[in-house]
Amino acid sequence: MATKEIAGKTVNVTEEGYLTDPAQWTREVAQAIAAEEGITLTDAHWKVIDFLKKDFAEAGVLASMRRINKTGGIATKDLYDLFPDGPLKKAARIAGLPKPTSCV
Amino acid sequence: MKKILIIGAGTAGTMMAVHLSRKLNRKEWAITILDKDENHYYQPGYLFIPFGIYTKQDVIRKGAKYIPAGVEYLLAQADQIIAEQNRVKLKDGREIAYDILIIATGTNIHPEETQGMVENGWRENIFDIYTADGADALSKKLPDFRGGKIAIHVVEMPIKCPVAPLEIAFMTDWYFTNKGIRKDVAIDFVTPMAGAFSKPATAKVMGHMLKERGINLVTDFGTERVEYGKLVSYDKGTVDYDLLITTPTNMGDALMARSGLGDDLNYVPTDKHTLQAKAKDNIFALGDTTNLPSSKAGSVVHFQSEILTENILSYIQGKELKASFDGHSNCFIESGYGKAFLLDFNYELDPVEGTYPLPFLGPFSLLRETRLNHLGKMSMKFVYWNILLKGIPVPGIASKMGRMGKIIPETASIQ
Repeated sequence: MATKEIAGKTVNVTEEGYLTDPAQWTREVAQAIAAEEGITLTDAHWKVIDFLKKDFAEAGVLASMRRINKTGGIATKDLYDLFPDGPLKKAARIAGLPKPTSCV
Repeated sequence: MKKILIIGAGTAGTMMAVHLSRKLNRKEWAITILDKDENHYYQPGYLFIPFGIYTKQDVIRKGAKYIPAGVEYLLAQADQIIAEQNRVKLKDGREIAYDILIIATGTNIHPEETQGMVENGWRENIFDIYTADGADALSKKLPDFRGGKIAIHVVEMPIKCPVAPLEIAFMTDWYFTNKGIRKDVAIDFVTPMAGAFSKPATAKVMGHMLKERGINLVTDFGTERVEYGKLVSYDKGTVDYDLLITTPTNMGDALMARSGLGDDLNYVPTDKHTLQAKAKDNIFALGDTTNLPSSKAGSVVHFQSEILTENILSYIQGKELKASFDGHSNCFIESGYGKAFLLDFNYELDPVEGTYPLPFLGPFSLLRETRLNHLGKMSMKFVYWNILLKGIPVPGIASKMGRMGKIIPETASIQ
């Protein structure tokens, strides 16, 4: 377990930079992580992040891209435009959620 | 009389009927099993059909033959499960009331979920090997293939038998090498995952193997649509092909959607250890039907059926469900040239090297390619019909994953 200084806070992160304590997540932290990914967060990004956080709180697992589409109402194409090169991985990291586990 | 109703007489449903018919007090409990198809399919055999090793007839038998005496076998389709009233409506209008329900409806491919897949060449230059018909159709196409680009493709995870696409790739290489035209055939392996397989150590071994076989690995490919002869990804990547062997989106039975019992892919949310459905105490699910983070594979069903039988007996006695499924899975990966790999893993431990099922003696080698593993794979057809499906215990093969005989590195992924 590593710690990291971001947006003026010390947060616990995995080796790959995913937050391990959801309580340490703030919207400022999200913006700072997004900046590391080269992304400036817009309302469209926040819609994805808010859905992921809400769904994670209810379901206990990270939503799949299919679920973000079907339940969250965000087209997969848009998701790729918002978070290029691995949308789910990036969106999850920005939302302070665990890295998507690949299915067996 | 109380009633246990099993929906689906595939591998999972049949094994549950066999176990329960032996363990339940038959004066108190009646067992009914429902299936919409009179045939039972040896699905691991599909892989061998396109390459001329098995025929379609080799993998199909009448399902009723494997249902034990005293179990009612109904050839009918379920229309809706009304969980709060403990009854199932059938398509023909009949209804079945139950005390305990076991859902074993499995998973199916849905090419229509991908834009253009059905319209732009399905069964013409696009084939699947996840159905007996698909594998059979490909067996008629392959002999005429004289050269060009073949893409082995996975649309999205999870899929049934996650190693199957790798096996298809290896077998395709072997098939055209045997025909002497391998140099005229380019093979791409196109996956939405970051590597050749979901488990990192295995992905590395398989990635190396693909390279050795001259198969080009295309990762992180999120398929948006299929044009004629071309896969297009969401981020505008393309893969051209003359022949596409695809694994379409897998989904659980639409019965779950009609009954309000499924997730986004119609899989039944299920406790990953007890196999009790999250929806209601008297509903259980196993095999490909569930949303469990375990492989959708016959070996998993075999292990789960033993755990679930124990838990159903506890449930009937009003006891705590103590039997716990650990995610145990094992699978052969046929790699062509008379060789195969073997994987053995569970929720916690990824596939590692070693021997199976016995320490040192094996006879099978884990995560390594051997001829003996291939013989094991080829013996599975007999073992399936005559031993596994009949609930006869296999010496040394336990439902819990063993650690003996495994070389477990300190860095092995403990998830």
